[in-house]
Amino acid sequence: MKIIVLMKEVPDTYGERTLNLETGLAERGATEAVLDEIGERALEAALSSAEKIDGSEVIVLSMGPATAAATLRRALAMGAAKLVHISDEKLSGADLGLTADVLAAAIRRIGFDLVITGNLSTDGSGGVLPAMLAEILGVPHASTLNSVEISAGRLEGTREANGGVMTVATELPALISITDRFPAARFPNFKGIMAAKKKPVEMLTAAELGVDSDALDNPRSIMISVSEKPPRSAGTKIVDEGDGGKKLAEFLVQNRLA
Amino acid sequence: MTTFPDDSILVLVEATPSGEPAKSAAGLLGAASGIGTPVALIVAHPGRGPEAAAACGALGAEHVLVAETEAATAWLAVPAADALASAADLVRPDAILISNSADGRDVAGRFAARTRSAVAVDAVGVARDEEGIVAHHSVYGGAYNVHSAPTFGAPVITVREGAVDARAEAVEPAVEMLDVTPSGAAAASIELFEEQSVESSRPELRGAAKVVAGGRGLSSEEQFALVDQLADVLGAAVGASRAAVDAGYVPNSHQVGQTGVSVSPQLYVALGISGAIQHRAGMQTAKTIVAINKDPDAPIFDIADFGVVGDLFQVVPQLIESLSARKE
Repeated sequence: MKIIVLMKEVPDTYGERTLNLETGLAERGATEAVLDEIGERALEAALSSAEKIDGSEVIVLSMGPATAAATLRRALAMGAAKLVHISDEKLSGADLGLTADVLAAAIRRIGFDLVITGNLSTDGSGGVLPAMLAEILGVPHASTLNSVEISAGRLEGTREANGGVMTVATELPALISITDRFPAARFPNFKGIMAAKKKPVEMLTAAELGVDSDALDNPRSIMISVSEKPPRSAGTKIVDEGDGGKKLAEFLVQNRLA
Repeated sequence: MTTFPDDSILVLVEATPSGEPAKSAAGLLGAASGIGTPVALIVAHPGRGPEAAAACGALGAEHVLVAETEAATAWLAVPAADALASAADLVRPDAILISNSADGRDVAGRFAARTRSAVAVDAVGVARDEEGIVAHHSVYGGAYNVHSAPTFGAPVITVREGAVDARAEAVEPAVEMLDVTPSGAAAASIELFEEQSVESSRPELRGAAKVVAGGRGLSSEEQFALVDQLADVLGAAVGASRAAVDAGYVPNSHQVGQTGVSVSPQLYVALGISGAIQHRAGMQTAKTIVAINKDPDAPIFDIADFGVVGDLFQVVPQLIESLSARKE
């Protein structure tokens, strides 16, 4: 079974993340770059499923700047067999439609039984890409899964929806997105880190995937303005002298919040 | 055949398991009424359409398209995306608004990919300028305001739950049954749905008007009950920091922050939460923030409208007592 995991490099959420106010693009150098945690969990799900099914192969697919390669190599150290990295200056600032076209073209080229993605990235937090990819690829998708059982040819999972818990199932090939209820990723061990150095990394551009990133015949979403929100300023701060609760109650009542 | 106004805004109204419009519908129709004529699409169980349509009218939908089908509870996303495609064909709207819920995002993604529409995600507001519809986003946990627009065509916009305060006036809607052309796209099947019994009358965290959240400062699962008590006095939903979730005080469905739920309530009360950036990213767009923490240097105080430096086990019971006394 061939499993493709989508991963990406994001600015660390434990740092202060910045947008360039002229281009609207993320300032990649401003914060430490890390693998998005949800993508690591997706890789863990793929690796642990692959261990149970003979002849399985886990391939990591990512789209991002060339500088992300070092971060992405961690996925190989964790146990992925191969990295396919779409890196193309022309895709800088790509909207969701273009991103979906490029990723879908790469997924088709690699070939797959199952695609696993995170439900939401921590930077764009769009959450629509999994469904877009499934539609373009013409496969079923099961989103925001909290658990999954994968066997040859079929998967079953659970998800929360509409005030309840849903069990969903589909034949393969298919695409799933997972939530952070999935187990955290394994740490790469020394053996894995050494082995990663010899694993194949394929670099691709949009043109090599047959996607014209300059084409204007499809509508694109564009950023028309970006501004920094004035930072929230601190209001009243009191030290409790035995009446802190009463004072807080007064504040809430005065502001019609209680 | 009905003709739809030129400034139609198509709103996908999600239905609850019992068939009523989901809570997100009021904000979506409110947002739509600010930029055009709200046209609702609701996918309902056979026979449930008329009732659901009337409910959409009460929320301001001037036109309601009803797609009655059992498929929506049997297959994921595809039946609703098919209904939306048929509705968009008929209405030719200026924009399509969908709730930024898990199911809403799935329908938005499938529809946008199928129709090659521009997508704007997690909008906190919408506007119209001379060139068309603009989506307003609050990104990186509310640190930046970003406006986006499509190069051409009607954008598909997912709207953050609870972000839009505007409400449309109730109207008597023009209701029409919608013929849906099935796309035949492959979908995952829904094998089983178990409605979770509602354990309390507390509001759901996502989209709640008030949230009381607890952090590691609560010290134990037993003592986290103090958060629940204050929430009940305020009629608030219960949230938690990642630290409290990791420590096992509460299930992770309560987690507020970058990797949990993002909330924009009228009131956010942070109890024993230091306010790491990761947490602030999920709540700093709240209208009013109140914090109680024993550490005077906790970063949460930098964004709090009212902060109390003190022992929350002293302050919160007194707060509950004061608020309860006022109610009587």
